[in-house]
Amino acid sequence: MKARVFVTLRSGILDPQGKAIEGALKSLQIDGVKSVRQGKLFDVEIETLDPAAAKALLQQACQKLLANQVVEDFEVEIS
Amino acid sequence: MKSAVILFPGSNREGDAIRALKPHGPAEIVWHGEADLPRGTDLVVLPGGFSYGDYLRCGAIAAHSPIMAAVRAHAERGGLVLGICNGFQILVEFGLLPGVLMRNAGLHFICRMQHLRVERTDAAFASAYEKGQIIRIAIAHGEGNYAADSQTIARLEGEGRVAFRYCDAAGEVTSAANPNGSINAIAGIYSERFNVLGMMPHPENLIDPLVGGTDGRGLFTSIAGSFTVAV
Repeated sequence: MKARVFVTLRSGILDPQGKAIEGALKSLQIDGVKSVRQGKLFDVEIETLDPAAAKALLQQACQKLLANQVVEDFEVEIS
Repeated sequence: MKSAVILFPGSNREGDAIRALKPHGPAEIVWHGEADLPRGTDLVVLPGGFSYGDYLRCGAIAAHSPIMAAVRAHAERGGLVLGICNGFQILVEFGLLPGVLMRNAGLHFICRMQHLRVERTDAAFASAYEKGQIIRIAIAHGEGNYAADSQTIARLEGEGRVAFRYCDAAGEVTSAANPNGSINAIAGIYSERFNVLGMMPHPENLIDPLVGGTDGRGLFTSIAGSFTVAV
C-alpha cells in the first residue's frame, strides 16, 4: 500500500526559505503568487493493506521522527 | 573529570572537543551505537558537525541513536551534558532541552567570530566567567535560529535558563548583533536542573591564542572546577 506524508511548518512560524522562494518567483516575473511556504513530502510504501492500520502506523512515524511537532504539522494521505 | 564525547556519523568537532577536555582529565570518543557510557563518566559532550548529513532535520536522526538512552539516564542522575552546535540540535530533537533550532533568519550559513554575554555564573558550566562578561567565540551554523512557543520562552527567561546571549562588542543585545534571528538572542540554554547545556557557539575552538583567542577555556575550567569542589 502506498501513502504520502506531508510535513509543513505551523502557521505563524516564520519560513525564511519560503520567503526566499517567493522573492525568486517575483524576480522571475511569475506574477500573482501571494505567498509560498515550503514543506516536505514523503512517499512511503507500507506492508499492511488495511488503511486504518496504515494511517495509525504513519501517525506514529510522524510523531516519533518525520515531524518536529514544536513547529511542524503533518498530514497522512493513503492512496 | 572524566569526559565522553559521542561520535555520530557526520560529527566533525569531536577532536576539537577532546583537545579542550584533555587538560582537565581523561576524555574519550564513544561511538553512537554503544548502549552504555564508559564507567565513571562525569561529562557527556555531543560535539558539532553534521550528523547524518543534516538529513530530515538537523539532529533528528542522531537523537534516535542507541547511546542516547544512556545519555538521558546520565542527565536524569544529575550528570552533566554539553551539546555544542549540532549537539545542541540533537538535544532539542531528543527532548532534553526545549524548543527547536530553525534555519538562520538570513538563510546563510554563518562562520565567524561572535560576541556572547554570559548570563549567569552559578551554573557548573560558567563559574569561571564573570556575570555579564562579554566573550568572543566562533559560530559556524546554518540552523541556529532558536525558537520555542511563548510559554516556553517565558519559562526559560523566568527561571534564568538562558546561558548565553548574542551581543555586540560592548555587550549590547541588539538585532544587528543577533546572527541568526534567535528569539531573545538566545545562544545557549540550560535544562531545568542546570546540568544540561546546549549552545550554538563553539567554545572548544577558542582555547589556544594561536587560533584566535582563549575565551572558550572558561567553560571547560568551570566544568572541571565543579568536580574538584564536589570531590
